[in-house]
Amino acid sequence: MKYMMFVCTDTEPETDESIVPDIFQWVADNDASGRRVAGNQLVSPSSATTVRVRGGEVLLSDGPFAETKEVIVGFDILECADLDEAIAVAAAHPMAYNGRLELRPYHG
Amino acid sequence: MTDLPDSYGRIVATLIRLTGDWNLAEDCAQEAMAAALERWPRDGTPDNPGGWLMTVARNRAIDVLRRSSVEQTKLREVAMLFHPGEQHEIEDDRLRLIFTCCHPALALDARVALTLRTVAGVPTADIARVFLVGESAMTRRITRAKSKITEARIPYRVPEGQALVERLPGVLAVLYLLFTRGYDADGEPAFADEAIRLARLLTTLMPAEPEVSALLALFLLQHSRRHARRDALGDLVPLDRQDRSRWDHAAIAEGRAILSGAAVTGPYAVQAHIAAGHTAAGSDWVSIAGWYDQLVRIQPTPMVELNRAVAHGYAYGPQAGLALLAGFDGYPAVAIEADLTAKAGDRDRAAALFRAAAAAAPSEVERRALLARAAEL
Repeated sequence: MKYMMFVCTDTEPETDESIVPDIFQWVADNDASGRRVAGNQLVSPSSATTVRVRGGEVLLSDGPFAETKEVIVGFDILECADLDEAIAVAAAHPMAYNGRLELRPYHG
Repeated sequence: MTDLPDSYGRIVATLIRLTGDWNLAEDCAQEAMAAALERWPRDGTPDNPGGWLMTVARNRAIDVLRRSSVEQTKLREVAMLFHPGEQHEIEDDRLRLIFTCCHPALALDARVALTLRTVAGVPTADIARVFLVGESAMTRRITRAKSKITEARIPYRVPEGQALVERLPGVLAVLYLLFTRGYDADGEPAFADEAIRLARLLTTLMPAEPEVSALLALFLLQHSRRHARRDALGDLVPLDRQDRSRWDHAAIAEGRAILSGAAVTGPYAVQAHIAAGHTAAGSDWVSIAGWYDQLVRIQPTPMVELNRAVAHGYAYGPQAGLALLAGFDGYPAVAIEADLTAKAGDRDRAAALFRAAAAAAPSEVERRALLARAAEL
């Protein structure tokens, strides 16, 4: 089962006090176990371009599709047996401590 | 006669494990129930009613799967249905179902509704009434929860080890919420019975978990007063004025027996001891106050602090309770302040406080009870 994990910042930066896991260790662990298929950090939303086609015309706009304070700063594609395994992988990510992670299952 | 709701949950739980299809499992369980209601009065109850129901439901599932598709997966499911597993595995299915319905990735209300619908077989219309929504809205909510289980692949499994320690309180919280939905002034009394039934089942399935049996004891002790909590008009009767002969003394004995000698390992055991203190004549307030001192350390919520103030007010005099109320306002703090003020002998101030509490009460029965107290002064 594949899950897209969106790595997001949090507008309520009430961060966890405990020691935050190391991101490089997290990547190494999950690459080794085969649970992390791909992933990367993303450049800030100010460099985003939104693309639509309306009336046959390509419309571009500068910036993200929704102006929110919470922004997606990265993503990982996970391959996990079930949601519990994906939750365990997400809960070990440093951004779970000072941001938030959204797990979205692949369709079908 | 077999316990039909119990069989319902058992069948649903096993068919979900075998087919992974929640809707199919529920439809087949319902059809088996309908067949029993039609045939048993005519042909007599079979020797093994639970087994009869399971066979009818399983055969129905095989029919549906065979007709619906020739896909490989469906055929595999049909094959699996012929081998439903060992008896112990079928017993475990109910625990799997409970843990899956109570998975923390589902919204809390959805967990309660799904548990009622699939484990206990409560009709959607009854669930909707308690949640104060229409039946179609409740159907959508339950359907959405089932879709998420399938789409996000929430595992059909009882967690083990540390994961079990983390997840069990969530399951107990769902049962507790279910119980309070039945116990609250404007609630659906049948839900309290349902919560007790599920807690009993969970106690059977997880006999080594002290908090599970403590929760059952808590339910039994609270529920023992159900016939004495209201007067003929449906108004709430305070504990000290209840007719003790109308308490369910068998339930009290069972609840106390569960608690005696059992370790106190969590909040439900502490609450059960508090409930047990209330079943003593006149309530054992010193003991109750002591348990609240423990509870406030593990659950420092406003509700616990307020109840602790009541207990101290009754155990050590109204001033002791009023001192612990400092800093609280609004409902129900004002109702407690009114009661302790009356106990302290300041009748005018107490009457005014009871009227203020009545104006802020969330339900009609509570409002009437508070106005009655004001009128007495």
